[in-house]
Parts: sequence; C-alpha cells; structure tokens
Amino acid sequence: MTTSASIQAQECGVGSVATTPIRFLPAYLLLGAAFGFVLTRSEVVSWFRIQEMFHFQSFRMYGIIGSAVVTAALSVALIKLAGLTSATGEKISIPSKQLGSGIRYAVGGSIFGVGWALTGACPGPLFALIGAGVSVSIIAAASALAGTWIYGWLRPHLPH
Amino acid sequence: MLVSIHDEWPWYVAGPLIGLFVPALLILGNKVFGISSNLRHLCAAIAPGRVEHFRYDWKQTETWNLVFLAGVVLGGFLAVHLGGTHTISISPATRALLSQQGIHDFSGIAPRELFSWHALLTLRGFVSIVVGGFLVGFGTAYAGGCTSGHAISGLANFQLPSLIAVFGFFAGGLLATYFILPFVIG
Repeated sequence: MTTSASIQAQECGVGSVATTPIRFLPAYLLLGAAFGFVLTRSEVVSWFRIQEMFHFQSFRMYGIIGSAVVTAALSVALIKLAGLTSATGEKISIPSKQLGSGIRYAVGGSIFGVGWALTGACPGPLFALIGAGVSVSIIAAASALAGTWIYGWLRPHLPH
Repeated sequence: MLVSIHDEWPWYVAGPLIGLFVPALLILGNKVFGISSNLRHLCAAIAPGRVEHFRYDWKQTETWNLVFLAGVVLGGFLAVHLGGTHTISISPATRALLSQQGIHDFSGIAPRELFSWHALLTLRGFVSIVVGGFLVGFGTAYAGGCTSGHAISGLANFQLPSLIAVFGFFAGGLLATYFILPFVIG
C-alpha cells in the first residue's frame, strides 16, 4: 500500500505507469492542443461562464459537463466490452480510486470548489488561458503549484 | 460545417468533444485523463525538496501528461489566434448581477478588473488570482483530481470517490459564489 506506485495509482491522471515511447509524445501534444482549443472555443475557460454556472443562470456548463461524462462513460464501457489494447500494446484498464474515509474527496473537493469559483478556472483552463492571452494566469498557475506543494508537505498530517 | 472556429460552440458540441479525450488517451497509451496531477508532476520536476509526495520518477511515467499540458497552452493560443475573441454572451441575469456586484468590463474571456497585471495588486485581483489559484492547487491535490480527473474520468468510470469530490466542487463553488465573491469583487 505504501509503495510509490500504489500511492500514485490513487491520484487522478495516473493509469499506466509504463514509460511512454518518445515517438508517441507528439500525439499527446496534439491531443493536449485539441483539448485547449475546445476548452477555449467552448468558453469553459471563461470566468463569466463559471459565474453563470454557479448562479444557475444557464444550462450551458451543466450541458457541457453532463454530455462529456455521458460520452466518456459510453466510450469506457465500449472499450471494456471490446477488451481493447492501447496503441502502445497494453491491455486497457482503469484503476479504481481508493475511497478510504472519503474525507480527502469531500474536503479537498470543497477547497478546490472555492478556488474554482474565485479564479473562474479549473486546472485545464488555467493553462489554456495562458495561451489564450490572459497572461496573468501564469501567476494563478504558479500559485496553484504552490498550493499543491504545500499539500504535499502537509500530506502526512492531513486526514485522508 | 457543424460549428465555426469563430463562434462559441454549443454545449452539445463542446461536451461530447471533451468527453472523447477519455477514450483517446486510453486508446493511445492506456492513460487516464486528468489535468491536475500535472501540478504534482511540475512540483516533482521543479522543487521536490524533501517532500516524499514529490519524490518519484516523474520523467519515466508522467512525461506524456506534461506534454499534454504544454499542448493545452498551445491550444488556448491557437483558439484565440485562429478563431479570434468576442464578448462572452452570458445570460442577462448574470450580467446584471455581476454589474451590481462591481464588474463593468464584460469584453474579455475573464473580467479585466480582476484578471490583469494591473489588478494583481488590488485586493480583489489578489484574491481572484493568487488565493483562488492556491486553493485550486491545494484542493485538487488533496482531492486527488479536478474537473477532468474526477468529474469526467471518475464519474464516467462510476467511481464513488469522484462523486463525493464533485459534490465538494459544487459545495465549495457555491459557498465562494454567494458568500465570498460578492464582498471581494465589489
């Protein structure tokens, strides 16, 4: 349970721990660029859209998040059903998240929520905004790094 | 064409496209879609210090995600330079409410009164940029994911922890929207 691999497996964005062959990296750059492009054109990166969402004054953000989840869930179900192998030759599998006491999800999630409303951006948009010309987002991103670092430092003392 | 790169994309185009990044990353390299873990990888790369949480071989296993993140910045740049910008057409009710609270410039992606280098040294700019950014970084690290990792990847895989996290996202967001922002942005 305490090996770094199992700790990592509890974090999001960590599936396969295999090294990615360098020839695949351009594909990740391209996918990332497509993601940043969609986030920006769909205005998910806009502080105004986030405020509109938290005031329940438009269906837009709920429609976006909801249809993203449905699309992703159907895709994941199909991938599991077909037992697909990735382009790198691994059997596709998604690690389950450890529930534990659940405190980290409730408390950490709420803290992120406060930050999401204040900056009007979650981590993806925070970086897309730097490219989109809201250059002061570099400071918000640096501050987010500081927040993550402080979490890492306090981690042994926090309830999970 | 279904949508033009110059217009705002409707939710039923944007949402499914965003959802497709989950299977795309799985199929490409058995990778789980999640942006906020990059904050951890960047800490591990830049300043791991003596913090155990940041001492792992990020180069070996996480380079793909940092490359993806670099792509996100590039994508933001391309979206604006190929598609241009226009005023975000938020609902008139939100616009009225925000003007009442003290926001008057509705011309950018984010209000310049809060998100500009000039605003950084004002109380409301500092709270929006620095305090908000810090809480995003701390909260996502504590929760082990953000909107992409929990709300999209996690819910799509029916993970209870992600559902709890998403309730937290909205609880915190509503708290800040109703009890913090009105006093800060005015």
